[in-house]
Amino acid sequence: MKVLLPLPVLLPIAGAALSILLGGSRRVQRAIALTTLTAVTGLAVALLVVVDRDGPVVTGAGGWRAPLGITLVADRLSALMLVVAAVMLLAVLVYAIGQPGAERNHVGFQSVYLILAAGVAAAFLTGDLFTLFVAIEMMLTASYVLLTLGGRLAQVRSGMTYVVISLLASVLFVALLAFVYASTGTVNMAQLSERIGDLPDGLRSALAVLMLVVFGIKAAIFPLFFWLPDSYPTAPSPVTAIFAGLLTKVGVYAIIRTQTLLFPASTRPGTLLLVLAAATMLVGVLGAIAQGDVKRIFSFQIVSHIGYMIMGLGLFTVAGLAAAVLYTVHHIVAKTGLFLSGGLIEHAGGSSRLSRLGGMVRTAPVLAVLFLVPALSLVGLPPLSGFIAKFALVDAAAARSSYAVLGVSLAVTLLTLYSLMKVWVSVFWAAPRDPVPGSDQARPGERFGAPLLMVLPTAALAALTLGLGLAAGPLYDLSLRAAADLLDPQAYVTEVLG
Amino acid sequence: MTVLLAATAATLFGLGTYLVLQRKLSRIIIGIALLGHGANILMVTSGHRGNAPIIGNGPDGDVADPLPQALALTAIVISFGVSALLLALAYRSWLLTSDDEVQDDLEDRDVARRGAPDVDLEDMGTDAEADVDDVAADAAEVGP
Repeated sequence: MKVLLPLPVLLPIAGAALSILLGGSRRVQRAIALTTLTAVTGLAVALLVVVDRDGPVVTGAGGWRAPLGITLVADRLSALMLVVAAVMLLAVLVYAIGQPGAERNHVGFQSVYLILAAGVAAAFLTGDLFTLFVAIEMMLTASYVLLTLGGRLAQVRSGMTYVVISLLASVLFVALLAFVYASTGTVNMAQLSERIGDLPDGLRSALAVLMLVVFGIKAAIFPLFFWLPDSYPTAPSPVTAIFAGLLTKVGVYAIIRTQTLLFPASTRPGTLLLVLAAATMLVGVLGAIAQGDVKRIFSFQIVSHIGYMIMGLGLFTVAGLAAAVLYTVHHIVAKTGLFLSGGLIEHAGGSSRLSRLGGMVRTAPVLAVLFLVPALSLVGLPPLSGFIAKFALVDAAAARSSYAVLGVSLAVTLLTLYSLMKVWVSVFWAAPRDPVPGSDQARPGERFGAPLLMVLPTAALAALTLGLGLAAGPLYDLSLRAAADLLDPQAYVTEVLG
Repeated sequence: MTVLLAATAATLFGLGTYLVLQRKLSRIIIGIALLGHGANILMVTSGHRGNAPIIGNGPDGDVADPLPQALALTAIVISFGVSALLLALAYRSWLLTSDDEVQDDLEDRDVARRGAPDVDLEDMGTDAEADVDDVAADAAEVGP
């Protein structure tokens, strides 16, 4: 398994290079991307099985052992995240192939998409802070290109905000790395875990807060979220879906990883995280209620739901962290599915504005189901995955008597339901509107209101969120084991440095 | 020397922050570049100074720490690539608008002005109507 560990990163990079070389044929490019991501998914599943059975797998690139070389580590959390990410990347790729115009007819789309996949995989697998920086840069640079591919005015305008904010976060990240290296003499996370406890309190708090700011911008937590609802909706739906599913979650993963692995138990900023979580949930959902565009409503909800994951982390108990892990997995699946169904709505209705859509429960009944399943899962209705994740979270908060944040999370759930039902009522139940000029209503070969390749991945994700809800037992046990690893990082440290 | 480098980094961070807060895209890009330089100088400063880190080049104990330099180099390469992309974006923006200003988010303005932009919802005759009106009224009081 040690030999296979770098492959989830290397395969997509090789695929991207090959795809550029064979840019003459769209068909070959698609085949390369599909094969690569299928292989990565298979590898990720194998990795998860092995890691869950035998403990963390560690590889040093080029035979350089930690802390000298580039260390790749897979523990339960990173393997689980990698599996979910690979499945999402594959589903969204199929959707992008199916949607007319999603690739912007650009020769580079598949390559850039594969680079994004490599960056996400590297971010989950890396064992040192600097490689995490490089991985996040790789992922973000690919996302800049995907967001602005096509170069229309709206894309350039919102892309600019996104790029500038992300670059600011990167600059802060480099500064953070400089401070970390100057004070401890290493950027390897396992070694930092041993050394950072010896630092003076003030310095350690400064590093912790700087890390929270850097990853908080990527994860879009309050008050650093404002760039997200502005930039995500302008991209084509598959691109928005993969951004919504994965990019912010890499930030959440980095926050969970750094706050649990690097800092000693006595100095973890639990209360601060809980306050931030509550504010993120509330502000996000209130923003969603005010919007009048399907994609913008969904985008604000991403912010709101990041709050739930931070809440699980802020509890700093095994149950809380397990709930955070479970919630992250659930949210990636449900949110990606919801954005894909939003893309279907836009495709079938010709617009994503609530005021221009209506009556689709009759014109496109399949879409209504495909929207409703991930939407209700996001709200947390049984038997969908959201119910299990929210129940675990509420249970963990009650066990630690954090009733304030518990109350906020339940209120936000109701508001989430309200904002999603606003979409449901105006898009599906309202009287049909006049068709938007330019949207040809009846297209040949589209039995479900959209091409089959767009409907299938959306249906698969809807089925997956139902499946996760039904198979919640094993998944919750896995999350508990991952959370126990996180709170007691000794096994991780020994494995990496040993 | 460390103090001098730290002061340089601080100056670059200050100038960069000022420029990033401007409304002209070209200034923002220069600001980002200055911030990046500041961070890189900070990175180089984080290792200790000494002779060039080559084996056989002077006494063993007196070599500079090569790792932060390698890290800074990587960071420079990354920021070089992204700056090129940023310049291309700015040029595209100038081509499309013939203006160097950062554009406002129109959708956001819309929401701020009218609360819920879907005033058409009123003639739907659903239960959502009253709530939407409330939101619109609330937002109208807050808005300009």
